[in-house]
Amino acid sequence: MGLTAHLPALQVVLPLLAAPLAVLLRHGGFAFGLVTACAWAAFAAAIGLWLQVGALEGGTISYHIGNWAPPWGIEYRVDRLTSFVLLLVSGTAAIVLPWSRASIEREIPADLHYLYFAMFGLCLAGLLGITITGDAFNIFVFLEISSLSTYVLIALGRDRRALAASYRYLIMGTIGATFFVIGIGFLYLMTGTLNLADMAERLRGVENSPPVLAALAFITVGVSLKLALFPLHQWLPNAYTYAPSAVTAFLAATATKVSVYVLIRFWFSVFGESLIFEKLPLPQILLLLSLAAMFAASFTAIFQDNLKRLFAYSSVGQIGYITLGMSFDSVNGLDAAILHLFNHGITKAAIFLLIGGMVIGLARPGAVLPAPTFDRLAGLSQRMPLTCFGIVIAGLSLIGVPGTAGFISKWHLILAAMEKGQFWIVGAILLSSLLAIAYVWRFVEVVYFKPAPEGATKQEAPLSMLIPAWLLVIGTIWFGLDTSFTVGTATEAAMQLVKIGK
Amino acid sequence: MTALHLVFLIPLLGAAGIALAGKWPNLREGVTLTTAVVLFGTVLQLLGPVQAGQQPALSLFEFLPGLSIAFRVEPLGMLFGLIASGLWIVNSVYSIGYMRGNDEKNQTRFYVCFALSLAAALAIAFAANLLTLFLFYEVLTLLTYPLVTHAGTDKARAGGRTYLGILMGTSILFLLPAVIYVWHVTGTTDFTAGGTLPDGMDSGAVAVLLALFMFGIGKAALMPFHRWLPAAMVAPTPVSALLHAVAVVKAGVFSVVKVVVYVFGLDALAGATDWLVAISGFTIVAASVVALHADNLKRRLAYSTVSQLSYIVLAAALIAPLSIVGAALHIATHAFAKITLFFTAGAIYTAAHKTEVSQLDGIGRRMPWTMAAFTIGALSLIGIPPLAGFVSKWFILTSAAEGGHFLAVAVLILSTLLNAAYFLPIVHAAYFKPLSAEDEHHPHGEAPLPMLLALLTTAAGTIALFFYSTPLLRLVQPLAAT
Repeated sequence: MGLTAHLPALQVVLPLLAAPLAVLLRHGGFAFGLVTACAWAAFAAAIGLWLQVGALEGGTISYHIGNWAPPWGIEYRVDRLTSFVLLLVSGTAAIVLPWSRASIEREIPADLHYLYFAMFGLCLAGLLGITITGDAFNIFVFLEISSLSTYVLIALGRDRRALAASYRYLIMGTIGATFFVIGIGFLYLMTGTLNLADMAERLRGVENSPPVLAALAFITVGVSLKLALFPLHQWLPNAYTYAPSAVTAFLAATATKVSVYVLIRFWFSVFGESLIFEKLPLPQILLLLSLAAMFAASFTAIFQDNLKRLFAYSSVGQIGYITLGMSFDSVNGLDAAILHLFNHGITKAAIFLLIGGMVIGLARPGAVLPAPTFDRLAGLSQRMPLTCFGIVIAGLSLIGVPGTAGFISKWHLILAAMEKGQFWIVGAILLSSLLAIAYVWRFVEVVYFKPAPEGATKQEAPLSMLIPAWLLVIGTIWFGLDTSFTVGTATEAAMQLVKIGK
Repeated sequence: MTALHLVFLIPLLGAAGIALAGKWPNLREGVTLTTAVVLFGTVLQLLGPVQAGQQPALSLFEFLPGLSIAFRVEPLGMLFGLIASGLWIVNSVYSIGYMRGNDEKNQTRFYVCFALSLAAALAIAFAANLLTLFLFYEVLTLLTYPLVTHAGTDKARAGGRTYLGILMGTSILFLLPAVIYVWHVTGTTDFTAGGTLPDGMDSGAVAVLLALFMFGIGKAALMPFHRWLPAAMVAPTPVSALLHAVAVVKAGVFSVVKVVVYVFGLDALAGATDWLVAISGFTIVAASVVALHADNLKRRLAYSTVSQLSYIVLAAALIAPLSIVGAALHIATHAFAKITLFFTAGAIYTAAHKTEVSQLDGIGRRMPWTMAAFTIGALSLIGIPPLAGFVSKWFILTSAAEGGHFLAVAVLILSTLLNAAYFLPIVHAAYFKPLSAEDEHHPHGEAPLPMLLALLTTAAGTIALFFYSTPLLRLVQPLAAT
């Protein structure tokens, strides 16, 4: 067996090994090199897996850890959806890590840099592990790995409120994880297996028993907490606002998205569509919560004074579009959800990276970084034209202007709603887009029309930050025009999932 | 590389060139002029094949399986493309005089956005399907936003808000679902002669779809979504002239005609457009009445545009082959007359610093050429031969009478009177009233030469279009056959 056969294991093992080594090295520069190299290697592995799964035409890769055959051993299982999420997570890490070098110089004390990189590696390993594993308990383990490292990453922020935000997330996240593991316990009780594929087989026939329904409830609520489904999103705005910029960007693009992935996996692959969509009112509940998120969170975003917090609320609203797509129970709906998971991921990562650069440009050399509040942003387009223009383009993607990635997902979402004959939902999706115009244009008017303070000179963020951020901005346009990669993969993934569920 | 590639490449390269030459104003303006001339020449190259019945095509990105960002040149788009690119040359000459004469700031940004806007307008003109049209429709809104808010003042920002809010709001709320619904029902968004909607589609659904399109295409300024156009008048006059009398608004009515002819098909709409005749008729009259009371010259012209755009919507709503030809012709004839009027408004502002109609007493003596051009433009809009406006109005009026749409006939006649009522007093005051005592002490002559040249050219064009309307007619004749 060549190296390519072991890509599923390498995908997780590389960043997982990088983390303790970074701690042993105790040196910011070496840790940076090591973790970044591993992130890029993981990205390469994800590309390899994507190609391998594509060649299977509807099949899945099953990798047996330690050669123990499932359901006894732990199985890593890669289908179309898995490979897509792996690409998003590892790709974001590969872009954010080089970017963060200049950012953490200013945000994290130098003696803690090695810890930042170690935790980043752990978090990456956890997220990739959740995605790739085909074992229920393994998901829990990786969930905890990624969560615990995330709490540390958020707490590394210089603002003291970061500690409170991290603590709050710790409480909420732990409740979520506990719910999740209780649900897994019930399922193990009923099926005697932890392997997801095996579990799905054995659940046929006992779906209506109380422990299975209880398991479904626990898992759904637990994961919803982690994916910040309205109204369980309370932890998110503060965590995103006070975490170091690089952490915000990475989490916004990946952490909630991986949680969405877990929910999709359990709903469609494990419990099966008939239970979720025919016997229980789950889709209706999800539909209402999604609509509430789209309107309430987007509306709240309009009135935020801190740019990071504004886009954090925007994230809660955008997650509403993803879960809305899930609630339709159709290939097109799921397709839209998976597409938006990716498209929103890169859009938000771009925005938070640009804001991170902006904050550094705003600060005086050596001083503590200021919060990006609107009163500091007046006339900023003259000082940082590229940063501001990048945020505007990514903002257009949030609105769903054609030619951007956000438009593609909105197109599919509306198509899915029409297919169901639900024209009032079409109206709701479009109306909520107008709220996005309001909060994006608030930014535009402040940076382009308010006069700049006296004596302000042109001072862009450093190139090492602008280039990765603009790569993502170009990505939001690229995936808005040529959609063969995104739509192709998402559609195949959705068809595969619906076929499993039937 | 085909001529169609070049049509999009040239303005993009031009914009890059303008940006690079930003520090040397003469070179920068040279780049603008060269780009405009070369672009017009390239668009002209497409004319031959289109007249011969071919439809040059180009496909760029695949958006969904079977749905691409694609372009195809048909007669209506050819007409719009020729007008937009041709008038850009004249407008560029005018811009140079205006922007320098008024010491405007950020001129490089202005010219860059202008070139890019032209590219977007041409992309709309040559769009092969609804998706492409929608994409560049939104792009055009975004590209013209910095032009509208050019001054950067609070007033400009407020105008920009209205501009963007209405244009984007209507397009996202109404136009986007209409486009997706067409794709959902027919599995295609291509523009096809005779329409693409399936036979026997529910008449209620057709009516809703038509309403979504008509109000979704906010650039056609159908009431009640017309307020963005007067709001856009905070822009420098060259922007009002080329974009808000020609490229942007014509992109709107062009889309209306295109959707009626190539998505619905005239047969499918039989009996479904009575309300549209009524609404466009109302817009024609109501906007004229507002124009009558507007003292600000540009505002009066803006409401006149709102009214004239609805001529085209009305003509499309009559769904007769002859009225479609009339609509297409009116796109051309209104363009020449209205750009002339805006040019004169800008010339008066630059030379005499006057913006209100009530200040124009006796100005004909100081600026005889400018006011002569104004008179020609005004008479053309009223519809008096031998001026271009007469031709298109004749077609619309004839087909309304033939179809027995007496409401439409009445609206057209009433509107002619209103047009005369809000234009002729200006002409009268300019030539026959004495200069005010204060004006006597502030001598001024005509506007700078480039501006004067530009406005005389378009005025001459307004006359020429009357005598040479046959080639135009021959170009758009195929529309009547579909």
